[in-house]
Amino acid sequence: MLIYEQSRPGRHAPAQAPQEMADLSAIPESLRREQSAKLPEVSEMQAVRHYTRLSQKNFSIDTHFYPLGSCTMKYNPRAGNSLASLPGLLARHPHAPETHSQGFLACLFDLQEILKQVTGMHAVSLTPAAGAQGEFAGVAMIRAYHDARGDAQRTEILVPDAAHGTNPASAVMCGYAVREIPTGSDGDIDVDALKQVLGPQTAGIMLTNPSTVGVFERRIEEIAQLVHAAGGLLYYDGANLNAILGKVRPGDMGFDVIHMNLHKTFSTPHGGGGPGAGPVGVSQRLEPYLPIPMVDFDGHDYRWLTEDDRPHSIGRLSAFAGNAGVLIRAYIYARMLGRDGMHRVSEFSTLNANYLLKRLMEAGFDAAYPERRASHEFILTLKRQAKELGVNTMDFAKRLLDYGVHAPTTYFPLLVPECLLIEPTETEAKEELDRFIEVMQIIQQEAQTDPEQVKQAPHSLPVKRLDDVRAARELDLTWVK
Amino acid sequence: MTDLPTDLRYSKSHEWVRDEGDGTATVGITDHAQELLGDLVFVDPPGVGDNVEPGGDCAVVESVKAASDVYSPVTGEVLAVNEALGDAPETINEDAFGEGWIFKVKMSDPAELDSLLDAAGYTAMLAEED
Repeated sequence: MLIYEQSRPGRHAPAQAPQEMADLSAIPESLRREQSAKLPEVSEMQAVRHYTRLSQKNFSIDTHFYPLGSCTMKYNPRAGNSLASLPGLLARHPHAPETHSQGFLACLFDLQEILKQVTGMHAVSLTPAAGAQGEFAGVAMIRAYHDARGDAQRTEILVPDAAHGTNPASAVMCGYAVREIPTGSDGDIDVDALKQVLGPQTAGIMLTNPSTVGVFERRIEEIAQLVHAAGGLLYYDGANLNAILGKVRPGDMGFDVIHMNLHKTFSTPHGGGGPGAGPVGVSQRLEPYLPIPMVDFDGHDYRWLTEDDRPHSIGRLSAFAGNAGVLIRAYIYARMLGRDGMHRVSEFSTLNANYLLKRLMEAGFDAAYPERRASHEFILTLKRQAKELGVNTMDFAKRLLDYGVHAPTTYFPLLVPECLLIEPTETEAKEELDRFIEVMQIIQQEAQTDPEQVKQAPHSLPVKRLDDVRAARELDLTWVK
Repeated sequence: MTDLPTDLRYSKSHEWVRDEGDGTATVGITDHAQELLGDLVFVDPPGVGDNVEPGGDCAVVESVKAASDVYSPVTGEVLAVNEALGDAPETINEDAFGEGWIFKVKMSDPAELDSLLDAAGYTAMLAEED
């Protein structure tokens, strides 16, 4: 029920009423509202119950196991939130002068340094406000590099068929044509196919490593050599950085530019569309093009680097410096982990994923790449169940909700039919993983004995199976009283 | 699997093309393709007058699961697009080889049709994929 439907004329909540009438004298008569706004009129208790109930309907990392592959839904430490809410950080005005912002700037500078070290890149800019903006900035820098050299014939960006959809989108937004590279049956890029399309028209290649099929690209060194030899640059999509944090560095693999999703790997709240943070790191030759502002430290004072310091920068991506609150939380997370904790993230996230994979295979589920060790995530294919039992991946995903588990990523990557992309993250205990395995086995059993139960799921949620086809065809987003 | 129309040619990327015998051809996606995609919710056809070529993406079909590029099996100029799909993309789900056609093209080189698969070849390819 919408809160508007509970509304009764004249009912109100004293707690929400203004304590004194606002001074309207500065607002011209012509701009003042003539009728009162159509707000719901409810009692304080109705409002409390309404929003409490809504919050209870939510699936979130605070309430449920959330193995949403490629999204790294790990626990967000409360300390990050409390420290980022310190008045000095929370109340800082973006126009505050540098002299009044030394603490804030010091946090950002340290975060730049930490990210440089953990990725092996030469320089980092924190300013992109989300992963997609980081990608855009990364490809824009590749473009700026080629343009500065007068190398205008490079018009193509290579993208594997398993890539996140944002990769080709970012390339196109920067004016490049996209060429797709196939993935081999072992999950690695088809290097022979890559060799055939590399040439003087190649601007660069965008890779995720480990890739979206949940395995490490084993021939990355050879790929880097081939692309560099052709005059192209290597772009690292940091979506799966959680798998290699503190263990392997994209800079050492030969990448020239990387974006990181701090809201994923560095554990800030995300889901529901943000806010995010997508810092970019670059090798030495791309440093002049980094987006501004960045933070500099001369040994005594911290200051912003702007257009004057970086005349070749691709420019600004937002009015200020990205999502400061997210950056601060990521900084706190990194400091809490420290150097030792950083590599435990990847150790435990890959251990958890491989444990789940192995146990689920023992339970009779088919892995998409059974001969490969998982990274921090892995893919099951329910092709067999769909064929033999008529119960598909979407049915499994919906039934998981009934058991209090957020569904894994479904039907992505597109090249694996009927797939579930499962990422448990390092913050789940073994007991929680065991429960997931148990639930998957129960659903498998149900699919055999009572398939309708699974096909009509969810049964226990406030909203039942949605008609997503009709919703997409007849989109209706307005509520009319 | 039901028998495929034998008067059509097929591409490896799951388009069909029908030679209309007057230098033009009609293009759509196969029944297998619509089945993989599931219920279609949107079709973005090429523009009339666009030049299309094999391997070049020229249209998009979108289902609740995925958006997928449609590639032209032949070189030529787009003569007409199936406007009815704008209101009823599900026509492709219902009748992929008939009412669900996507565009008509004036072929620059009808000989290109010979390099495409026939019904038997396409069936064999699907069997292999499975």
